[in-house]
Amino acid sequence: MTEAASNSAAGIAGAAIVDAIKRGGVEFIVSVPDRVTSETVLRRVASDSALKLVRVCKEDEGVSICAALSFCDKRALLLMQNTGLLDSVNALRGIAVEYKLPVVMMVGLLSHESAAPPTQSRSYGVRIVTPILDAMGIAYEFLHSAGDEQRIAPAIERAYANSIPLVLLVGRSPV
Amino acid sequence: MKRDQCLKLIAKYHRDELVVPVYQATFEWLAIKPEAPTFTAVGAMGQASSLALGFALGAPERRVIVLDGDGSLLMNLGSLVTIANAAPGNLLHFVCENGTYEANGGHPIPARDRVSFTGLALAAGYREAHEFSELATLEAALPGILRATGPVLIDLKVEPGASYPQDWAYMHGAAAREKFRAALRLPRRA
Repeated sequence: MTEAASNSAAGIAGAAIVDAIKRGGVEFIVSVPDRVTSETVLRRVASDSALKLVRVCKEDEGVSICAALSFCDKRALLLMQNTGLLDSVNALRGIAVEYKLPVVMMVGLLSHESAAPPTQSRSYGVRIVTPILDAMGIAYEFLHSAGDEQRIAPAIERAYANSIPLVLLVGRSPV
Repeated sequence: MKRDQCLKLIAKYHRDELVVPVYQATFEWLAIKPEAPTFTAVGAMGQASSLALGFALGAPERRVIVLDGDGSLLMNLGSLVTIANAAPGNLLHFVCENGTYEANGGHPIPARDRVSFTGLALAAGYREAHEFSELATLEAALPGILRATGPVLIDLKVEPGASYPQDWAYMHGAAAREKFRAALRLPRRA
């Protein structure tokens, strides 16, 4: 699939993402704003009374908050940019991976407006994301086009059922 | 003040609060109050305050005590602002300030003797912040502090106390977390 052809497909609707997150049983959204999801996901979350938004100063705080909430039988999603994921590697290593805790993350891939795999991105900061996740043994889903949101709730269910971290990569700004 | 003496005082007034200690304080707390619901926050340095916030938000009916270190808190200073903004009334944030990275060779923290943790907490928006360097003063204030509406930061000016067994395998192990998980599900003490 060529980049131009793939991008002719409709993007995911932000509303559909939020609905899918809620279907996954998520009650808390923990976030540092991300340019990819800022307008269509985070603003919608902030005005949704069914979701509790925790604004954090730095993304690794969110790893811990989500992990702790899981002990209280509360589901959470950490919404951030790929830069925040990179900044959170040690917390992910120590708390999510080594402690085997269900930390679910939605990560906007800054400057990756293509349906091509993130490893083929023009952006170095995007290209290295999935190799790092592979090295850490963290599961991920790449979401790009309308319909991909159908994979969100089942992936969240798997993460909590198996007590493992999960990354949902958002490849272009939702509409 | 010796840190273990401070922890013994906290243990004396502790009821069913969730406790989130770091590093040396963890060994001491586990020895002093092994039956307390304790999450050993040593997976990633600096994260105790954020873990405690998660517990405070997820279990609002419980009170949460974090036994942070000064080096640990410096590694996650933004959490003061995050906690103040979330404003969990059930979160008490103790900082054992010894001025060193005790577990990593005893090197001094940056700005040792100049940084004010109570000043940082109040500037971030904590409801209260207290500083103690005398055991008697701490004991007099502790019952009130443990009932206070959070977030409250309590800076304990400490030095190491007695030596305690250091069971790193237990601290990092799944059994400690499962014990904590089970304690979370028990009925609260009357």
